[in-house]
Amino acid sequence: MCTHRRAVHASAVLASLFVFMFGFVSAQGPGLGHPISEADVAAWDISILPDGTGLPPGSGTSEQGSKIFAVKCAVCHGESGKGGSAAALVGGQPLTSGIDTTKTVANFWPYATTIFDFTRRAMPWPRPRTLTSEEVYALTAFILSENKIIGAGDVMNAQTLPKVRMPNRDGFIPRFPERIP
Amino acid sequence: MSHQQPRPALDHLEIAAGNGLLHRRAFLTTGATLAAAITGYTLSETAAAQQLTDAPWSTKPGVPIPEYATPSPFEKHVVRTLTNPRGEPRTQHARTPHHLVNGTFTPNGLHFVISHSGAPDIDPAQHRLVIHGLVKRPLEFTLDALGRYPMVSRMAFVECGGNSAPLFSNEPLQAGVQTLHGLVSCAEWTGVMLSTLLEEAGIDPRAKWLIAEGADSLALSRSVPMSKALDDAMIALYQNGERIMPGNGYPMRLLLPGWEGNMNVKWLRRIKLVDQPGMSYYEARTYAPILPNGKAYQFYFLQEVKSFITHPSPGLKMSGPGFYEVSGIAYSATGPVAKVTVSADGGKTWAEAALQEPRLSKAFTRFRLPWKWDGGPAVLQSRAWDEAGNVQPTRAEVIARRGQTKTPVTNPAAFPSQHYNGPTSWAVDRAGEVKHVYA
Repeated sequence: MCTHRRAVHASAVLASLFVFMFGFVSAQGPGLGHPISEADVAAWDISILPDGTGLPPGSGTSEQGSKIFAVKCAVCHGESGKGGSAAALVGGQPLTSGIDTTKTVANFWPYATTIFDFTRRAMPWPRPRTLTSEEVYALTAFILSENKIIGAGDVMNAQTLPKVRMPNRDGFIPRFPERIP
Repeated sequence: MSHQQPRPALDHLEIAAGNGLLHRRAFLTTGATLAAAITGYTLSETAAAQQLTDAPWSTKPGVPIPEYATPSPFEKHVVRTLTNPRGEPRTQHARTPHHLVNGTFTPNGLHFVISHSGAPDIDPAQHRLVIHGLVKRPLEFTLDALGRYPMVSRMAFVECGGNSAPLFSNEPLQAGVQTLHGLVSCAEWTGVMLSTLLEEAGIDPRAKWLIAEGADSLALSRSVPMSKALDDAMIALYQNGERIMPGNGYPMRLLLPGWEGNMNVKWLRRIKLVDQPGMSYYEARTYAPILPNGKAYQFYFLQEVKSFITHPSPGLKMSGPGFYEVSGIAYSATGPVAKVTVSADGGKTWAEAALQEPRLSKAFTRFRLPWKWDGGPAVLQSRAWDEAGNVQPTRAEVIARRGQTKTPVTNPAAFPSQHYNGPTSWAVDRAGEVKHVYA
């Protein structure tokens, strides 16, 4: 009994020493997370932030995007993105009709990076994450160009895309400002 | 007790509001006979008693007990309604039949589901949860590892930001509580507090948000403030005691009690700590409701205080004048429900309903009130308050701030806006039919 207690005590001291030395056992949990490197997460890490963080190398133009769109996107989004079984990607009415207005890239989306992010993670619907970065840049350029948000010849890449100023960038009000970090 | 005995007089019961609403404790002091008399919608004062005989099922042994029980065949109609049963390439909605269930939690098979690309068929042994980004130590968790952590259980409602959206229609959509409010449910969720895992990974002070992402084909992602992540966010592994249903996020989902359903990312596989929100499709576009002045709310987050009556409601026919229990559910993202009032005269007079205990924060609270329906026209409404002092607004207040459609909404799968938390009005006509009205 006495020996057993001493053993428990010794292991507790060892555990404390371990925490002291390496500092990665949570006070609340058993610390069973397996360390993983950012390189190992890379294939999953498709997060794009509005300032451009996370955008991959590569570039594309509207002209290139037009050809890809016709093959991979028009079946749902209609010819040149005019709309089909899936939403129109070109055009849009002013938002002054309130809730009766259909939200579009041109009249609503505040950040161009969202186009890249959603296209890369979720499109095409039956085969998501099969587009190359070059293709996603080109499709993003095509959608922005068709909406006259960028010029027909503008190249979209990790530097230019975050700088695109979307028309409705300032159209938003935080519902509960005190809850925004 | 003989069936021939006269019923006790009902007329002395305390009236609490117009059109026959009784005091919420009227029956607690009047005895069991009356209490029994209000439990259903089929009470008939004139039905003659018949001599009882054994039914066939009482005269032979019953059927074998199955390994996994399903409700009685007589309950086959108690199902969710589906908007896209063949899984066409668009969103699927499965709505909870609130008028056919009771109590405060939703059975797993009836919990609402919205899925934008179906339910992925995930092998739990191969599923991984990764926490990375602005952390000191990126970590990967298996389901087995998470199962060894200290767990917590809590009741929590989950509500789609688009629940009740037909109430933005300028004319009342002729539908019942399942169509109008079926995109909210309540369950007991069990899992590991997210704060435990974040502390293990070590939070970089520059982290202000996290981006949660699912293993579904859309890799659905939402940004969550770190303050919520460290408050009461959970990696939920169990739903009402069993593993989470496939449509609700098997084998693990993010649970953000009280917050917009879409943010409670299902099939959770990745959490990245970041210094700014990702402005994903669903937060930048879908769940940003347009206001009458052309601006739009962003980061609505909260499912604000709300209530609606489930009994009676369209589809539940009143079977003649007499006693009924008006009952419904109330909930709020900002604390336990403090009070619910009910009107039977379209909001002219109100009576306070009894609240089922325990009243848990960010969970369903059932309210009940005895009602002596005189057989005439009535309009039932409910209104809720939470303990933080928030009150459910009137429909007029919601519409003034948020707008309504110019033409009537006829398709319940159309979502003209989100986050409607005004009241719902049920009109009862002389035939006992219940229909949706604005009052």
